[in-house]
Amino acid sequence: MPAHVTPPARMPKNVYYFGTCLVDLFFPDAGLAGMELLKRQGIRVVFPQGQSCCGQPAFNSGHRSEAREVARAQLDAFPEDWPIVVPSGSCAGMMRVHYPDLFKGDRDEERAKAFAGRVYELSWFLVHVLGLDTKLVDKGEKVTVTWHGSCHSMREMGVVDEPKRLIRALSNVTLVENPREKECCGFGGTFAVRQPEVSAAMVADKIAAIGQTGASRVVSGDCGCLMNIGGALDKAGKPTRPQHLAEFLLERCHDQ
Amino acid sequence: MTSDFSTRAHDALNNPQLRANFRRAMDGLMTKRAAQFEDKDNWHALRARGAAIKARALARLPDLLEEFEQKAIANGINVHWAETTADANRIVLEILTAHGAKKVIKGKSMVSEEMHLNAHLEAHGIKAVESDLGEYIIQLAGEAPSHIVMPCIHKNKGEIAQLFTDNIENQPYTEDVDALTAAARQVLRREFASADAGLSGANFLVAETGSLVLIENEGNGRLSTTLPPLHIAVAGIEKLVEKLDDVAPLLALLPRSATGQAITTYVNMISSPRKAGEKDGPRQVHLVLLDNGRSRVYADEQLRDTLRCIRCGACMNHCPVYSRVGGHTYGSVYPGPIGKILTPQLAGLDCAGDLPHASTLCNACVEVCPVQIPIADILVRLRTEAAEPSTSPAVKGAGSGHSAVESAVWKGWQAMYAHPAAYKVGTKALSVVGNLIPAAAPLLKQWTSVRSKPKFAAKTLHELAREKGYDHE
Repeated sequence: MPAHVTPPARMPKNVYYFGTCLVDLFFPDAGLAGMELLKRQGIRVVFPQGQSCCGQPAFNSGHRSEAREVARAQLDAFPEDWPIVVPSGSCAGMMRVHYPDLFKGDRDEERAKAFAGRVYELSWFLVHVLGLDTKLVDKGEKVTVTWHGSCHSMREMGVVDEPKRLIRALSNVTLVENPREKECCGFGGTFAVRQPEVSAAMVADKIAAIGQTGASRVVSGDCGCLMNIGGALDKAGKPTRPQHLAEFLLERCHDQ
Repeated sequence: MTSDFSTRAHDALNNPQLRANFRRAMDGLMTKRAAQFEDKDNWHALRARGAAIKARALARLPDLLEEFEQKAIANGINVHWAETTADANRIVLEILTAHGAKKVIKGKSMVSEEMHLNAHLEAHGIKAVESDLGEYIIQLAGEAPSHIVMPCIHKNKGEIAQLFTDNIENQPYTEDVDALTAAARQVLRREFASADAGLSGANFLVAETGSLVLIENEGNGRLSTTLPPLHIAVAGIEKLVEKLDDVAPLLALLPRSATGQAITTYVNMISSPRKAGEKDGPRQVHLVLLDNGRSRVYADEQLRDTLRCIRCGACMNHCPVYSRVGGHTYGSVYPGPIGKILTPQLAGLDCAGDLPHASTLCNACVEVCPVQIPIADILVRLRTEAAEPSTSPAVKGAGSGHSAVESAVWKGWQAMYAHPAAYKVGTKALSVVGNLIPAAAPLLKQWTSVRSKPKFAAKTLHELAREKGYDHE
């Protein structure tokens, strides 16, 4: 069952931003775009320099104690009672859904539960807390895009329609939905290297389905999927460009 | 079968006919199921009820098994307990031998597959004939089921037509489904009439009434359990439900989740052998209750949820891995997501430790499971059990997946990612030299087989945030 997420009781003045390790190394522009979107809504965005990774890679590989110690470093890095906004449904799901279990019986159990309750996926926060879907003004050229929903954002964080509401709010953007949008792209963290052939078959089907939409861009809220799908599109010489939702929205609506 | 998922996946992925068969079949099943649960509120309420019924039954399982046994015996049903599949096979063989049975007609039963019963009987001169159409087809082909509900889903019309022509006397080649079904029906009617015993599984066992509930679509289950003079049922101990009232909600979930049918054509309630004055029905009914590792699964609070399964197969129908590689790739009786959590627990992580890793943890199975089994959480739990040696293991073969190299890698990862100073130095180093790592390097090689190499950005988000003047506290 997806997490039951409700907005903070009051409109927050400050939010923490958890960039994620993948964004940090490979997609920093996407991460920064999310921060800019929040900042332009008049919120003070705090990026703790002590942050690193949610711990999911080790957790999903069965190495709980290593995952817990890395997760504990995140508990330390985000001490104030502010919302923690994450430009990834997968990392957000790890922190909101799995931290309470990861710290069960640990000295930091209560701290982990409180932390988990403060975690929000970026597009959900933009829609349900900031109402950005009613405020966006599209300044871009006409473009056709398709959306890829990440498994964990949909099935752990319950984020399904929010990103599409944001995209549909853009007047010059046509959203063509992929009938296989909700099917996993085959990334799965270590799955991609443990079962490379199955993963390859899955991403091949994914890019074929994306190709059939005729979209020039595939927009997603998770950089893991984008690295997989984008890498496969590029290797196959397909023209469709991968882009993170935050970067797409910022590019359309603001002069950089 | 041994568990080597990757090798078999390779073969399956390179079989375009097999892939097309599965893709088409799974797409159809997903569409049909979705049409049954269009009302989301109803679906959520119903599955919560289904999960609660099974959880309640499991919470009282030892008591319910006793209650069931007493009621069943009072009804005239013989109840047998089998700790292992070898015990179950021995019991079934003894009953058949005592009756001088030479031929058994079988309704569909996954527990009998778990026992490899047909081979056991055959070795002792008893012929077992599968009467479910799908099971009949794969028996002709000498294959195992590739799906727990639709055992021959991996075959298309043409393959079945050829199989019938090769195996059924005077059967011309035809791809006409009605003609093929009629041909099988003709053969099977003769087998029903001449069988010495019928064998079936059971979908639910009702403690309150001592009844077996068996659902099916072809009437073969009813014939197998009523026509021959002897009926033997085999079932796992997790099939218990507390009350007769518990059956209806589960029936509202099972066929809809499995095949997208509102209800199966037949719902059989078997509560006794033929009674005095009755004109039909078996003269003896036996039930063999199989443990085969289930007690161990039961003993662990989290893993116990595995036993809620009602074997609808929705998890495999919706699994992006299963729909690519098919059921035989799993190398076990139960394929797909439920197989990935059940098989390693029954057979041991030392035998099937690669199965919990054959998943992207996409949660598609969790989303459709009618009894809310947290399959993804259990997959991660089993990965953890395999990776970390334990003195009191919850699962057979715990620690068998331990690798010194892998453990060292994760320790190194922790050293960098749990310490901000180390992380800063490490990410800086990667952003400078990361792109020099060749595409053929270990791990990257698998990645770049179908994808471009990921590019490390010149500056990390940490650096950009500082440059753009974002506060850090």
